[in-house]
Amino acid sequence: MSRPAGFEFSNPDRRQLLGTAMGIAAASLLSVHPALAAATDAVRPFRIRFPEAELMDLRTRLAATIWPDKETVADDSQGVPLAVMQELARYWQKDYDWRKIETRLNALPQFITEIDGLDIHFIHVSSKHENALPLIVTHGWPGSIIEQLKIIDPLTNPTAHGGSASDAFHVVIPSMPGYGFSAKPTTTGWDPERIARAWVVLMKRLGYAQFVAQGGDWGGVVANVMAQQAPPELLGIHVNFPETIPPEIGMALQAGGPPPAGLAPDEKRAFEQLVAQRTKHLAYTLEMGTRPQTLYAMADSPVGLAAWLLDHGDNYAQPAAAITSAVLGRTVNGHSAGAVTRDDVLDNVTLYWLTNTAVSSARLYWENKRRLLSAVNVSIPAAVTVFPGEIYQAPRSWTERAYHNLIYFNEAGQGGHFAAWEQPELFSAELRAAFKSLRS
Amino acid sequence: MGASSVLNVAAPHPMAASEAIRPFRIHVAEKALVDMRRRINETRWPDREAVADESQGVQLAAIQQIARYWGTEYDWRKIEARLNALPQFITEIDGLDIHFIHIRSKHSNALPLIVTHGWPGSVIEQLKIIDPLTNPTAHGGTAADAFHLVIPSIPGYGFSARPTTGGWETGRTARAWVVLMKRLGYTRFAAQGGDLGGGVVTAMGKQAPPELLGIHTNFPATVPLDIAKALQAGHPPPADLAADEKRAYEQLTILFAKKRAYAALMATRPQTLYGLADSPVGLASWLLDHGDGYGQPAAAIMSAVLGRTINGHPADGLTRDDVLDDITLYWLTNTAVSSARFYWENKLNLYNFADVSVPAAVSVFPGENYPAPRSWTERAYHKLIYFNEVMKGGHYAAWEQPQLFSAELRAAFRSLRQAT
Repeated sequence: MSRPAGFEFSNPDRRQLLGTAMGIAAASLLSVHPALAAATDAVRPFRIRFPEAELMDLRTRLAATIWPDKETVADDSQGVPLAVMQELARYWQKDYDWRKIETRLNALPQFITEIDGLDIHFIHVSSKHENALPLIVTHGWPGSIIEQLKIIDPLTNPTAHGGSASDAFHVVIPSMPGYGFSAKPTTTGWDPERIARAWVVLMKRLGYAQFVAQGGDWGGVVANVMAQQAPPELLGIHVNFPETIPPEIGMALQAGGPPPAGLAPDEKRAFEQLVAQRTKHLAYTLEMGTRPQTLYAMADSPVGLAAWLLDHGDNYAQPAAAITSAVLGRTVNGHSAGAVTRDDVLDNVTLYWLTNTAVSSARLYWENKRRLLSAVNVSIPAAVTVFPGEIYQAPRSWTERAYHNLIYFNEAGQGGHFAAWEQPELFSAELRAAFKSLRS
Repeated sequence: MGASSVLNVAAPHPMAASEAIRPFRIHVAEKALVDMRRRINETRWPDREAVADESQGVQLAAIQQIARYWGTEYDWRKIEARLNALPQFITEIDGLDIHFIHIRSKHSNALPLIVTHGWPGSVIEQLKIIDPLTNPTAHGGTAADAFHLVIPSIPGYGFSARPTTGGWETGRTARAWVVLMKRLGYTRFAAQGGDLGGGVVTAMGKQAPPELLGIHTNFPATVPLDIAKALQAGHPPPADLAADEKRAYEQLTILFAKKRAYAALMATRPQTLYGLADSPVGLASWLLDHGDGYGQPAAAIMSAVLGRTINGHPADGLTRDDVLDDITLYWLTNTAVSSARFYWENKLNLYNFADVSVPAAVSVFPGENYPAPRSWTERAYHKLIYFNEVMKGGHYAAWEQPQLFSAELRAAFRSLRQAT
């Protein structure tokens, strides 16, 4: 019954050993190590090529979709509207071309290396500028390394993007365990703490004795955890997903009361955003946090998966608004798609589909033991950019309490939850400014 | 390929009078069954769970075992024949076609009773109580215990129509049930329900139409408002709770913290569940799981489908075919999303203080989501005519323990018969 997603592994060393015709299923591929297995810290080149049969199967399933009725409202308040899903499915089936993103990814230096027993996939682009600052950037859910493709050139090659050579980064963009082309954990324990430790191993393995880390969404959590662990190699972090809710505010949110008296206007706004998020926008995280395995439909139905990844439980407000704007080709509720295109969104959804990672990615919520967005206790240098479309606009006052050595704080003019994807130039400029003081 | 195209509804042409009660029979087109089996057999599976138990959801081996049987041996035509052997009807109420089973007792003094299913249930949950309730002398009861029985499908469920506009919440459904009973000629009747059906009867109890003699529920809404507040804030049990109240508090804490995601999702984003309309296995795991691992309420269901007793919760009256009948009904009628909308529509908190003044009877089954303490129940139902803690049975009491459940209803409503 099972038809695991497959892709070919193109590694020159392995080719000689195993022959060129190897087309190996993802599961077996990622659990089997090349003949150089003796050295488990080997860094192996990686290329993607899904068999045509996988793409055919996807299109067949899309064409055979059984649809529910139309929603009973005139807006998106019950979820992704039927007409939106049907138009997206039509394009996905008939016009969308996976091979384009496959080619783009394969044009980048991609690698796999085993860390803590798990194969980790990553993109690694070194800057030509030798004093470049090594940086590891982590995606979130429902994202992937595809979120970060547009910042690679601005960060590694700043002189072509209005920056100077001294702004350059060496960029490492890993896929989180259970996401994309990283292996799917078969046992428990891959929580943000363990991922954070793995990232330090990865950076050291690549020869970076000093580096910085960046992230949004789950990637922001990973960066925050790295900062709390504070390994000596970590110079500092930048997050666009600051976790700042003070304990007393967290209790008030839990109790479901009105905003506590005495909040400044920006704190009151954040409180109200968090109330809306908790009461109306969080069910998908609760489901994945408690019953990820039950989401069989997301492995079996491409439309089911797409709706699940698109919705993000928040109507046409942020964070899904930019994604929805991209899919619809028009600005929804004043939230521009920015640089995100419909193909970008489908590239990401198709990546989840072909790698069959809907359930394995959901498990990160199950693994997590942290109270997300609650104030972290970070003492190493930290930089924060607050994007206006983020889940909540972290007030500077809360941010300063959570990050004791706040080296940079800025409220960006535009962009949302998928900041690197939506506003790659702006995002890159933020990273340059954020880390400037750590270079000097 | 919605239900309308696969169901051959053998109903007479709608009459001019929209109050017409039209006989109804089910016949699912063979091609719909073929398509379902093909989809089951071509399921694309995720990896196995990363744990050795069911703490991440329905386990891969369990759902694969169910899918193997469902895709090869399971026979929908059996339940179709069973349903068609019963008098089924459709009538339009408040603009919506409502499907129901209606069985009159041969005993002329029988008490009219409307029984409402919940989610993820259907009229199939109630099939085994029909004979004990309408024909009690064959089941250890007396003629004086007889009921005339009406078992409707909630709007958006089973063979009732799926609302195309908003507003079909528990209160509107409750009002529709009163219209239905009166249309059937019952001027005095009782109502019963569990799960969402419990929400509907609580709403009926609050509306207190003059025709309603009383209610029985196996899903009582009793949580006092101060307790509800403490639960929401995540506080430990208040110090002054009695032992049974403390036990209820602790179960509710676990329920709200770990077992309510599916309900929260359906209450906020029902339309986003496209995968449940498109994947039979996705639908089956969603309906089976009920967010509680192998604890109640899903335990009896899992015991039935796996053919062994899980965590001490026996399937008892429930069989694997029963469970698949119910799931297949959701699949063939394409009601995963429309049924989920009932959560979105619902404005009633199904657990909190019912504040009901009509005569009310409550049976507490040991495997229910929480064991309602008598103290809380008395506060929530101001005229509590019956309260009993049953020895066995869970959330699907009528399905799991049909004889016991029927005996509870006889005892619960006895005093109301004497009053009439």
